[in-house]
Amino acid sequence: MVELVEETPRATSIVVELPAWPGHRAGQHVDVRLTAEDGYQAQRSYSIASAPEDPHVVLTVERLEDGEVSPYLVDELRPGDELELRGPVGGYFVWDASTGGPLLLIAGGSGIVPFRAMWRHHRASGSGVQLRLLYSARSLGEVIYRNELRVSGVDVRCALTREWPAKFQGHRGRIDQELLADVTWSPDQGPLTYICGPTAFVEAAAQALVGLGHDPRSVKTERFGPTGA
Amino acid sequence: MDALDGNAIAGALYAHFGTDLTAASGRCRHCGTRAQIAELAVYARAPGVVVRCRACGGVVIVVVEIRGASRVELTHFELA
Repeated sequence: MVELVEETPRATSIVVELPAWPGHRAGQHVDVRLTAEDGYQAQRSYSIASAPEDPHVVLTVERLEDGEVSPYLVDELRPGDELELRGPVGGYFVWDASTGGPLLLIAGGSGIVPFRAMWRHHRASGSGVQLRLLYSARSLGEVIYRNELRVSGVDVRCALTREWPAKFQGHRGRIDQELLADVTWSPDQGPLTYICGPTAFVEAAAQALVGLGHDPRSVKTERFGPTGA
Repeated sequence: MDALDGNAIAGALYAHFGTDLTAASGRCRHCGTRAQIAELAVYARAPGVVVRCRACGGVVIVVVEIRGASRVELTHFELA
């Protein structure tokens, strides 16, 4: 592990150097295992935030207050520490340049992490696929990768659910069908949609898209435990 | 309780079978619904991981990992 980057007060990116990394696809994850001195082990799955083309593998971890693994990774880990990783794993929630599009990415909270791998892969591969990101966060301060998104060239639509600046131009409140209708392409343009976030967020977004006439098979989801977005 | 997706057991399946199975398709032996493993509902808060069919709720896969060894019970999910 070579570097830590604080993304928000609750989320940290961990830059790892892996001597025998076989390469990964955008959207895959790794399992991180921690072993205590008494042999007790805890393991959690984290999405990879770096593109296959990036020089290092990056994981972005959000601290869950009642978590067993994330508080250690966010608060205790120091550069030079070793981590036990298993992966990359996952062959479903992945996007390769050859997968096509148009590509709509919908993130709730730290569900943004696998999408960073996708937009970086999109750019690094010179893909001509249209790409749009809808990102729902609690407040501006909880927007992960805010600086990168500002300069990435990605077409980003932001929804803030709890607090927003007075001049905020994005969507205020939870995402709804009207917002999705505005953000997505029409079903006949064949968009591919990836949704990642807490379970309730993912189900609301997926149901709204199907309600708008999108084929459920064109909508891929990845849910994670409760954090709220 | 909130369910996760089959993606959540990718690592355990990889360790057990030596290959990624999340994109593999199969059929629920309770109700016959077809799904990819990544589309199944995963309940991971118990000592073992329980995976259910999203259509009928029947248990299709159980994964237990203990002291580095894993056991995967797949009898109610017919791969192919």
